[in-house]
Amino acid sequence: MNAYTTGESVLILLGMVLVTYGIRLSFLVFGHRTAFPHWLERALRYVPAAVLTALIAPMALAPQGAIDVSLHNAYLPGTVAAIAVALWTRQTLAAILGGFVVYGLWRWLVV
Amino acid sequence: MLVGAAPFGVIFGTLAIGSGLPVWLTLGLSLLVFAGSSQFVAVSLIGSGTALPVIWLTTFVVNLRHALYSATLLPYARELPARWRWALSFWLTDETFAVVENQLRLHSNARDGAWYWLGSSLAMYCNWQLWTVVGVLLGQSVPVLATLGLDFAMVATFAAIVALQLRQRPVLFAALVAGGVALLARGLPYKLGLMLAALAGVAAGVLAERLAERVNRPTDPQASP
Repeated sequence: MNAYTTGESVLILLGMVLVTYGIRLSFLVFGHRTAFPHWLERALRYVPAAVLTALIAPMALAPQGAIDVSLHNAYLPGTVAAIAVALWTRQTLAAILGGFVVYGLWRWLVV
Repeated sequence: MLVGAAPFGVIFGTLAIGSGLPVWLTLGLSLLVFAGSSQFVAVSLIGSGTALPVIWLTTFVVNLRHALYSATLLPYARELPARWRWALSFWLTDETFAVVENQLRLHSNARDGAWYWLGSSLAMYCNWQLWTVVGVLLGQSVPVLATLGLDFAMVATFAAIVALQLRQRPVLFAALVAGGVALLARGLPYKLGLMLAALAGVAAGVLAERLAERVNRPTDPQASP
């Protein structure tokens, strides 16, 4: 975070506000047609899952830069645990805590 | 819905503070951007010192689905005064859309519909602010998070969010492909790998959905394109 000045942080926020509000205003305020190409409608639904996974895959599988699927990478068991608890309980918070417990134990016992 | 959003608000606030975002920026994101997924993504990008245009572009891509909501709700908003449409647009999120679209489709009374829409929006909005503040306070009082694996907290959070969508099979493919491409392209500059991965993941999701349709309805000539 130290990478930005206060002015840059303000710009980050303003840019995000403009982009997001602009998208939301698009049809409700400026639009006339409501027809949306079907393929686009489908595609947009997969964006959040794709982006979130793309963000964490390198963090979990290559925490030091190089791909690491060894026992020394505590991210792996931790992430698997988080996913398992999420699928099992449908509770985000439980999943994060479960992931943390396994991650912490792994770092303490194995690494 | 209100209860469902609570953990995300808390986690967002905690992660943002843990990643070194100032309090005003954390609250500003919730108050002014008000879009959960993109706020999480922004925390991750800001935390790693990403260039501004990349942050904006990623925000655009992540929130583009709101244009779909904007278009879908337009028929219900045509008769409303402009100031109503400007205001309601500001609060348009996944949750509000899901609730409001359902309500308006079933009970198409324009006047009551607008008030229902406004009420839902404000409830979601205040709820999100409240839980963000709780998260900020938590993040400030538990500085351990920063030392004890903030990166992992982020990984666990995003993994949990995606895992909850995995019952839809195409999402699984989208996630696997996006993760794989992101991993392989992680060395590219300007987070190009992230964009490539998102694109590949979305394509995989769409493709998987089409294939599933073809398998499920092989004899139906009216199967959607």
